[in-house]
Amino acid sequence: MGNKPAVFTHEQLEAYQDCTFFTRKEIMRLFYRYQDLAPQLVPLDYTSSPDVKVPYELISSMPELKDNPFRQRIAQVFSEDGDGHMTLDNFLDMFSVMSEMAPRDLKAYYAFKIYDFNDDDYICAWDLEQTVTKLTRGELSAEEVSLVCEKVLDEADADHDGRLSLDDFQHVILRAPDFLSTFHIRI
Amino acid sequence: MAQPPAFVFNVPETPEDQGQDPSPYDESEVHDSFHQLIQEQSLRAAEEGLELRVLPQREPGPETLGASELLDMSFCFVGSGHQALLGPEGVPDYSTATLRILASMPSRTIGRSRGAILSQYYNRTVRLRRRGSRPPLGGVGRSARPSLRLYDLELDPTAFQEEEKRTLLVKELQGLTVTQRDHMLRGMPLSLAEKRSLREESWTQSGKQRGPQGRRGLLPCCSRLRYACGLALHSLGLALLSALQALTPWRYALKQIGGQFGSSVLSYFLFLKTLLAFNALLLLPLLAFIVGVQAAFPPAPAGSVPTFTGLELLTGGGRFSHSVMYYGYYSNTTLNQLCGPPLDGSQCTPEAGGLPYNMPLAYLFTMGMSFFITCITLVYSMSRSFGESYRVGSTSGVHAITVFCSWDYKVTQKWPSRLQQDNIRTQLKELLAEWQLQQGPRSVWGRLRQVAILGFVWLLCLGTTLGCTLAVYAFSELMIKNPVSAEREWELLALPLVVCLLNLGAPYLYRGLAALERHDSPILEVYVAICRCVTRWGRWAFLGQGLCLPGAPPSASTPLVLCRNLILKMVILGILCYHWLGRRVGALKGQCWENFVGQELYRLMVMDFVFTLLDTLFGELVWRFISEKQRKKRGKPEFDIARNVLELIYGQTLTWLGVLFSPLLPAMQIMKLLVLFYVKKTSLMANCRAPRRPWLASHMSTVFVSLLCFPSFLGAAVFLCYAIWQVRPSSICGPFRTLDTMYEAGKVWVRHLEKAGPRVSWLPWIHRYLVENTFPIYLVSALLLAVIYLNIQVVKGQRKVICLLKEQISNEGEDKIFLINKLHSVYEGKERSRVGRAQEAEVPPTLPADERDAR
Repeated sequence: MGNKPAVFTHEQLEAYQDCTFFTRKEIMRLFYRYQDLAPQLVPLDYTSSPDVKVPYELISSMPELKDNPFRQRIAQVFSEDGDGHMTLDNFLDMFSVMSEMAPRDLKAYYAFKIYDFNDDDYICAWDLEQTVTKLTRGELSAEEVSLVCEKVLDEADADHDGRLSLDDFQHVILRAPDFLSTFHIRI
Repeated sequence: MAQPPAFVFNVPETPEDQGQDPSPYDESEVHDSFHQLIQEQSLRAAEEGLELRVLPQREPGPETLGASELLDMSFCFVGSGHQALLGPEGVPDYSTATLRILASMPSRTIGRSRGAILSQYYNRTVRLRRRGSRPPLGGVGRSARPSLRLYDLELDPTAFQEEEKRTLLVKELQGLTVTQRDHMLRGMPLSLAEKRSLREESWTQSGKQRGPQGRRGLLPCCSRLRYACGLALHSLGLALLSALQALTPWRYALKQIGGQFGSSVLSYFLFLKTLLAFNALLLLPLLAFIVGVQAAFPPAPAGSVPTFTGLELLTGGGRFSHSVMYYGYYSNTTLNQLCGPPLDGSQCTPEAGGLPYNMPLAYLFTMGMSFFITCITLVYSMSRSFGESYRVGSTSGVHAITVFCSWDYKVTQKWPSRLQQDNIRTQLKELLAEWQLQQGPRSVWGRLRQVAILGFVWLLCLGTTLGCTLAVYAFSELMIKNPVSAEREWELLALPLVVCLLNLGAPYLYRGLAALERHDSPILEVYVAICRCVTRWGRWAFLGQGLCLPGAPPSASTPLVLCRNLILKMVILGILCYHWLGRRVGALKGQCWENFVGQELYRLMVMDFVFTLLDTLFGELVWRFISEKQRKKRGKPEFDIARNVLELIYGQTLTWLGVLFSPLLPAMQIMKLLVLFYVKKTSLMANCRAPRRPWLASHMSTVFVSLLCFPSFLGAAVFLCYAIWQVRPSSICGPFRTLDTMYEAGKVWVRHLEKAGPRVSWLPWIHRYLVENTFPIYLVSALLLAVIYLNIQVVKGQRKVICLLKEQISNEGEDKIFLINKLHSVYEGKERSRVGRAQEAEVPPTLPADERDAR
């Protein structure tokens, strides 16, 4: 710490270390990234846990998220009120889930939330259409999109209720070896 | 905190809707989000003219869909095209009572409410704690254990239940050890604030609990001490973890590469990093037990040592021959005043004052041990990578995996992200096209033609390989016939030059040939090619598995080129090995042939490095200039992952082959890899673009490690074993100069031990019965085979169980839909009779039944 004023107390840092997949150094790095997003908004002293939120516009301008077609969903899923504005806790949470160390189950849970556009806890055909459209920059024809959605539902929907529950989704993810390496943002 | 108003995100608030139309199952979140959704949808429909497909029979709009809960429930049913199962009217006809029940079904609450998550994790924690053989919490825990089955239909007491579950979870968390608790906490899908408060509670309460217990207990001090120790260990673990993290090099460089080129190119650099680790692992024991010790006790110089001229850096001869670089420098005596390393430390018998360090023995043991360690690490990393990338039943669901798992979240720049979107689009289109193709029959003629072309190209490739091999063989024979004099040392570079030229030229030829055989269906081609591969060379089976997966169609030419290149490289190395051990040993009578072989490998390695650099410079840079000038639209060349990886594997094979004759070769390799990382990265950033075709990164890294293990490491191990067991070491240099084979050193030592006395008699016994006797080897291999067989059977059984479970799940789904329909019809009947009765009693109502019910 030295003569520089500490951002966090020792207990806070330890709590963050215990609850995320980050080390002390990474937490500090993430904090400075967060602080850089809105220097006039975020204080350099978090020992009293101030209630600060960085607005979605600034969060989504991060290079890590800027070109991600799902950036809005990511911010919504991880923000407290689902509006995309993020506290430091939300911010750390987001990168902790997206880190290399996070287990498959946790990642799958949040990926499910991200792809569940209408927040109804099921991925239905409409959600799938949104996903496919975002994935392909909307350059597939409506027919192709609906065909793809139909195939996806066909493959992944184990109980044939016409939509994917979290269990269905996790089952798909379990079979996809690349998921862990692609659902990962390096910090 | 005060936010600038410009930043405030515009959340569509609809308070009046909320007020007049309360959701039947107090989930305001869902309600909110749903309204937001409808607004979004209507906006989009207005802007882009998109039709809302969801409810074709109704006009979409917030005001008509006042009963939002109905739609929320029915949204998916209708949208998915499964409405046939639910009756022709669709779902909006469901009465609110039905919907209320549907909404509180356990499967709907999983993953949504915090309470469900808490209780799920509570159950997991209980399981974990039980496994730890601690006493159960007692009656309270069992009877009050909330399970998803017990989830009440009435959602009013949710708050209470959540609180209760939370305290239970906290209690259970206290029962765990610190590491288990952290592990559990980190894996919970809760927000960070929630996790922190859970952690806080479980810490403080455990502190409070421990207090009174300690006072009551006999040893309060002890338990407090244990607690403090646990805390200290915990912080120590955290500190160690951060120290380890700090050691990971190239964090930023890797992030940059991943961000700009995606996972596929990143896999090349990660493989390079893995190779670095392997070399470091190999080098460390060698440095500690052979090179370091020998450098500390240099032998008497034999004859004059030539001066350093600079050419040595290329040829590896001259001054270098008289240094720790090569086998010949090491002495065959016992170095005194130093005890042996831990490897043979137990045999450190005091002898004539000093503690002996038997150099031949140390050489043999250290080589053996470091190879063994490398082998274990390699096999472990291979099995882990296989476990990650191949799971039981992972052969279906291409579309789903493409849609859900193909977006690379690492990508951070505009251009690559557009490229990725294009890739995914192409891939989806290909998948659809292939699916449509499967529907229609394929012409036999077309298939025949494809196979004919393929056969032709394969013949050509194999012919080229054969030609290259013969050329290398003839050239090596020529080198033996005309021995190079000491003055013209540079002539020694001729053979490595030829080999490297062939290695460089042939891949381009193969790539050209691969362009010949590009057809309409890349998948079929890959299949046919790999099947040929598999039948001809049984050991490529894993390669075929890795590339034949119907996951994403990998670039058509990539696996073929990979396969052919590999065959070429391995055949050439095989010929060279034969040349060294079969011909050179005979030709170099009276000289130190080990040094010569070491030098040859050094030269090969240096030449390979130089050629890689040249290839990077000319192949990528010049190609970029040409393509930029000639064809503007093609742009930069693609980064050829397969070829680059093969070059790395080739270099690593050279290192493994040469390590016995030149213990410092891994150090050379490390330097080479370090330079290569920066050169390749710079060249990649400046000259290349990401591969256009999709590429299964994790399958590919599995294939890379497997290739490193099977032809490469196994080949090197066979070569070294042959050299150690069968070939007579030269009689004028090296640690084994007086022996018949290198392996004799061990035998001599065992005989020596037998004489030493009864205290260590078990060692000769082990040697006699376990090493020299062949029976244990048979036994071990039989056991291994049995284990493999059992594993295969287990996997088979798991597959069967998975099939059965799938069937069961689909049956359950049908049951569910059936029950929902039944429920619906029951409620409908009830409703109708009630309405009928009401009609009889009063005037006919003006409102539809639904709306009245909602009031």
